[in-house]
Amino acid sequence: MRLRYRKQAATAGVAVVALTFALGACSSSGTSAPSGGSTDTGTATSGGGGSSNLSGTLNGSGSSFQLSFQQAAIQSFKSVQSGMTVNYGGGGSGKGRTDLAAGTVNFAGSDSTIPEKEAANFKGKTVLYFPVVIGPITLSYNLSGVSNLKLDPTVIADIFDGKITTWNDPAIKAINSGVNLPSTPVKLAVRSDSSGTTANFSNFLVMSAGSAWSLGTSSTINWPKTAQAGNGNGGVAQIVKSTPGAIGYVDYADAKASGLSFASVKNQAGSFIAPSIDAATAACQNATVKPDVTFSCLWTPGAQSYPITYQSWDLVFQSQSSSNTAAMLKAYIGYLLGDGQKLLPTLNYAPLPSNIQQMAQAQLSKIGS
Amino acid sequence: MKADPASPAGSAPLSQQRPLGDRGFQILALASGLLVLVILVLIAVSTSQQAASWFSTEGLKIFTNNWDPATNHFGVLGFIYGTALTALIAVILAVPVSVGIALLLTEVVPYRWSRPIVYVVDLLAVVPSVVWGLWGILVFVPWIQHIYASVGSGVNGVPVLGALFGPPTSGASFLTAGIILAFMITPIVTSLSREVIATVPQIDREGAYALGATRWEMITGAVWPHSQGGVVGAVLLGLGRAMGETIAAALVIGSAVNVITTHLTVPGYNMPAVIANQFGEASGTFRAGLMGLGVLLFVFTIIINVLARGIVERSARRKRGA
Repeated sequence: MRLRYRKQAATAGVAVVALTFALGACSSSGTSAPSGGSTDTGTATSGGGGSSNLSGTLNGSGSSFQLSFQQAAIQSFKSVQSGMTVNYGGGGSGKGRTDLAAGTVNFAGSDSTIPEKEAANFKGKTVLYFPVVIGPITLSYNLSGVSNLKLDPTVIADIFDGKITTWNDPAIKAINSGVNLPSTPVKLAVRSDSSGTTANFSNFLVMSAGSAWSLGTSSTINWPKTAQAGNGNGGVAQIVKSTPGAIGYVDYADAKASGLSFASVKNQAGSFIAPSIDAATAACQNATVKPDVTFSCLWTPGAQSYPITYQSWDLVFQSQSSSNTAAMLKAYIGYLLGDGQKLLPTLNYAPLPSNIQQMAQAQLSKIGS
Repeated sequence: MKADPASPAGSAPLSQQRPLGDRGFQILALASGLLVLVILVLIAVSTSQQAASWFSTEGLKIFTNNWDPATNHFGVLGFIYGTALTALIAVILAVPVSVGIALLLTEVVPYRWSRPIVYVVDLLAVVPSVVWGLWGILVFVPWIQHIYASVGSGVNGVPVLGALFGPPTSGASFLTAGIILAFMITPIVTSLSREVIATVPQIDREGAYALGATRWEMITGAVWPHSQGGVVGAVLLGLGRAMGETIAAALVIGSAVNVITTHLTVPGYNMPAVIANQFGEASGTFRAGLMGLGVLLFVFTIIINVLARGIVERSARRKRGA
């Protein structure tokens, strides 16, 4: 009967783990939205983040694109509001929106606006969008001897749905005159996890390549079977780096960190632009911004715009349960939109263009209790 | 085996001295037991609830081989196939080794040498899933992809082998996931088999020797008939574990959707891996579909486990009768 004991021990283990999760969920929701940390020591006024003695805890989760920016900002925010604790767990935009709707976090990082299917989760409460970070998605490649590859949307679409299989394909040659392209087979590097990067990259192809792109847009794409999949931007960068002939879509910060070479991409105005911080800010400057500060930096007009630029928002409920939480949110998000923007170039993200920054800052005063 | 009947006799005088403590213990034990059941039922109910919109919008199409969130198709047959295939590979690779180790420990080496071997095998069970996965993707995959490639070109065109191992090959694949899972289930299959084999009465072994049997004949004639039911149960428990293993599989399986093929060395997907990989950015029916995959996986592992328990118990009953 030793077998039975073993089984019971295993079941007990499951119970303990489940219980731990249940308790963990309770305690985290308990400390966040409703109570808003300790008693209202803050003066709870002025939206600019100027009030000096706020205390309590803010929790956020979501977009992993924001993660390293949030980490850096949380560190330096300590010198602005030493009494406040801010936590940001990644987990993906979808998780962030679910957590916000469930009230387990005070703000959610999201690379997209709330999809229609999820709108019901928010039970009619007004959600404010604060854009905080933008960045280019590079097409990183591994071809020895080729340092300045040019690609246009149709060629990118044909590469990523498997129509172009070798690097010396006539379509690539046609836009890279004078470059000695090898006959190496093209090896695709894609994401294994669902991702806002995938959603924005595929959305760019839908917008720019027209009928040449048939795989649609989503956080997960059914890539050709030959594609190699890596986890996160880092995982894709790793595949590109170690595989001759590889090409993958990688966030600019990770492509820089891995020392990859990336292609210049033809924008709407017809010029080939290399991904850079300035080209990303230029792309967003030319975006059409709606009154709720939602916009898309993909495939925007302007000669200097890098066409595959994406953005990420922090989502916050307009109506907060306590004035202290509202004041803390104003202070922290105000910091992200103000001094925090200066951190972005050092992390290889791009700061917001001034028109969007001002709109977002003006919206801070809407957060109330 | 003798522990069970011994306990009531030992506790009788205790209960007269401290009835309160005994009652308290009884309540505690009962509550803990019920808690497990309640939690399991709650998990099943809440996941099914969250998956409901998938079942209702897709209907029987959930069992097609078409998973494409970009076009709102959520058929999971490919993932079920991948789960079955990788678990089967794991069992085929792990069982001979596990039973071999179990026989080594019980029949071949003396007791004082068997203990260190048990420790080493059990150490394999202590390695966390994510470490297996990282080792798999960083060390094992780069190493084995060259072997896959050369074997693949070697067997290309050969009838059965070509269909299993032929090109195109990839390091991250069904076979790699199966091999990693085999490492992971070896300890549990080994220790369960060893315990079953250890219950074979010494007198049966000696009887076989007395009839002039060699060691091999003794194992096949006396040990095996006595323990095969238990070993099959151990194998099924290992199978259940291989089906549910998540992170290690997610890292090395290659993450290609809708793959149903005889080729073992191509990237694919299994059910736990797709949940782990795609849940972060999923919403709407996509999210419900991933929840539904979890429900299906839950159902499958329960079936396997119930089956395993049934077989183990039946063989235990038969042994008592013998």
